[in-house]
Amino acid sequence: MDSGEKQRAYWRKNLTYLAILLGIWALVSFGFSILFVDELDRISLGGFGLGFWFAQQGAIYVFVVLIFIYVALMNRLDRRYDVDDRDGSGS
Amino acid sequence: MSVQAWTFVMVGLSFALYICVAFLSKATSTKEFYIAGGRVSPVVNGMATAADWMSAASFISMAGLISFMGRDGSVYLLGWTGGYVLLALLLAPYLRKFGKYTVPDFVGDRYYSQLARVVAVVCAIFVSFTYVSGQMRGVGIVFSRFLDVGINTGVLIGMGIVLFYAVMGGMRGITYTQVAQYCVLIFAYLVPAIFISLLMTDHLIPQIGFGAAVNDGSGQYLLEKLNSLSQELGFAVYTSGQKGTLDVLFITAALMVGTAGLPHVIVRFFTVPRVSAARSSAGWALVFIALLYTAAPAVAVFARTNLLSTISNAEYADAPSWFTNWEATGLITFEDKNQDGIIQYVGSNSAVENELTIDRDIMVLANPEIAELPNWVTGLVAAGGLAAALSTAAGLLLVISSAIAHDLLKKGLRPGITEKGELIAARISAGLAVCIAGYFGVNPPGFVAEVVAFAFGLAASSFFPVIILGIFSKRMNKYGAIAGMIVGITFTAGYIVYFKFLHPELNSVDHWWWGVSPEGIGTLGMLLNFAVSTAVSQMTPPPPLEVQQLVESIRIPRGAVSS
Repeated sequence: MDSGEKQRAYWRKNLTYLAILLGIWALVSFGFSILFVDELDRISLGGFGLGFWFAQQGAIYVFVVLIFIYVALMNRLDRRYDVDDRDGSGS
Repeated sequence: MSVQAWTFVMVGLSFALYICVAFLSKATSTKEFYIAGGRVSPVVNGMATAADWMSAASFISMAGLISFMGRDGSVYLLGWTGGYVLLALLLAPYLRKFGKYTVPDFVGDRYYSQLARVVAVVCAIFVSFTYVSGQMRGVGIVFSRFLDVGINTGVLIGMGIVLFYAVMGGMRGITYTQVAQYCVLIFAYLVPAIFISLLMTDHLIPQIGFGAAVNDGSGQYLLEKLNSLSQELGFAVYTSGQKGTLDVLFITAALMVGTAGLPHVIVRFFTVPRVSAARSSAGWALVFIALLYTAAPAVAVFARTNLLSTISNAEYADAPSWFTNWEATGLITFEDKNQDGIIQYVGSNSAVENELTIDRDIMVLANPEIAELPNWVTGLVAAGGLAAALSTAAGLLLVISSAIAHDLLKKGLRPGITEKGELIAARISAGLAVCIAGYFGVNPPGFVAEVVAFAFGLAASSFFPVIILGIFSKRMNKYGAIAGMIVGITFTAGYIVYFKFLHPELNSVDHWWWGVSPEGIGTLGMLLNFAVSTAVSQMTPPPPLEVQQLVESIRIPRGAVSS
């Protein structure tokens, strides 16, 4: 692969990760916590309705996990495409 | 010791800590002043970002708001945390790679246009001033209630402290003081939450406690108890929503996108050493923020339950001391309409008339006293509130000073200015900004809350699309960006000004477009911005080759930025 092609492949892979992770982000925040909240509230989790729990707790935990998954995926991708900036060659 | 003595001790100790830290981290170059030399570790930066982001609004107001809004309060919880996912995934790594000092820097270079830069500078300054005056007000409230010094003296003391370390240390001083402030504020928030959780539910962790059973032997869940208390008194059921679904959706989105577009948050990711560090730093920031944000709804439920069970139908003559103390500040008012000497605190669905109004902002500050915790906890909470307000104020002042010294002087009016001159200009503008902010703190415009909604809407409808398109579309050119920003801002500002300032009497769901409140309209403004800028850029020539190369180079972590 020439370097331009490699860069495009790297970028496409990055966009795929973004689409998947942001899809989960939207599902949990707009879906579980807002649109389907009443349906989910019929399931109870201790004293919480599940929808209420997602809206006031669960979604935040999911957000944290999503960011760290992205960090791990991208660190791996950076190394695989040899574009990471860890070895002092960065700006 | 009394509450006041404890408050003096706690506030005094925390202030001494900030001043020591500031002394140890003085800035000597513009790079250190604006972005702490670009050498801050991701965890430290995450903690500083958390302190920067969590303002008096998060610390003092949010749990109170939620306790009055019930489930609808989740717009704040979701909105103010979900934005960090956007930051980490869509903005922070690329802006770090771009590697300049400010957000207007990026807009100006990416859109090869002085006009775009100036529009960005104006937005950055407006958004930051709005915020900063709110913080100063928070400082004033804490001082006047707990230290008995009068709101204006309180603001002046707060100004003095911020002036000292922001002007001297710049971003370097601010970053390390913010770390100290984060520790103070999170400790101050969690200690009373844990205490109250133990008292009410026997659970150590408030996040679990508020979904657990109350320990009064009834076996009832806390939320059930609160729901039935609320219904008895004619309030809405706590765990159900009152706002329209579409409105909740739009407000949440506007707050998320607005968060990701706020200049004082974005600039924090310029301070870390590497692109990968910018990604993980956003994650750490959210971890530290989540500690407070997941405790806030628990605090809201504890406070609401305690308030309803101790105050409703109590004899006014026997009212607890916190009640009379807050009454003296005018933030609680009681009017015995039926002259029976009993406090009727009821909702709109009740047969009797409500006699009590409570300012939402006092819930967190009064909570330890309502739950009868020891006096030192109250002092600690006051110190925490000040830490939250001061750390945010300092971060904002830095954005204002860099916008003036760097974007306006260095990149605009006086390109020949020396490094030393620019540093002096940055310090002077930080000093001036503190004074202006202090003025608004002493003479607050009556519409601080409205203006904050304005700031989020503005950031959402202007900065966010411009930055996203600048990174993810090579085709986006200056015509599209400028047209998009202008349409987005004009639409959003117009809608907010119409309902909030020109025709407040029409500000209700019957008159809103599609039931979207002014708080949520930024989302629509953002969508408009995306649509307009994409359309306009398709009809105008593509950006020059070197700008397209700049975009290519910020997408890849390694290598220098070409520009």
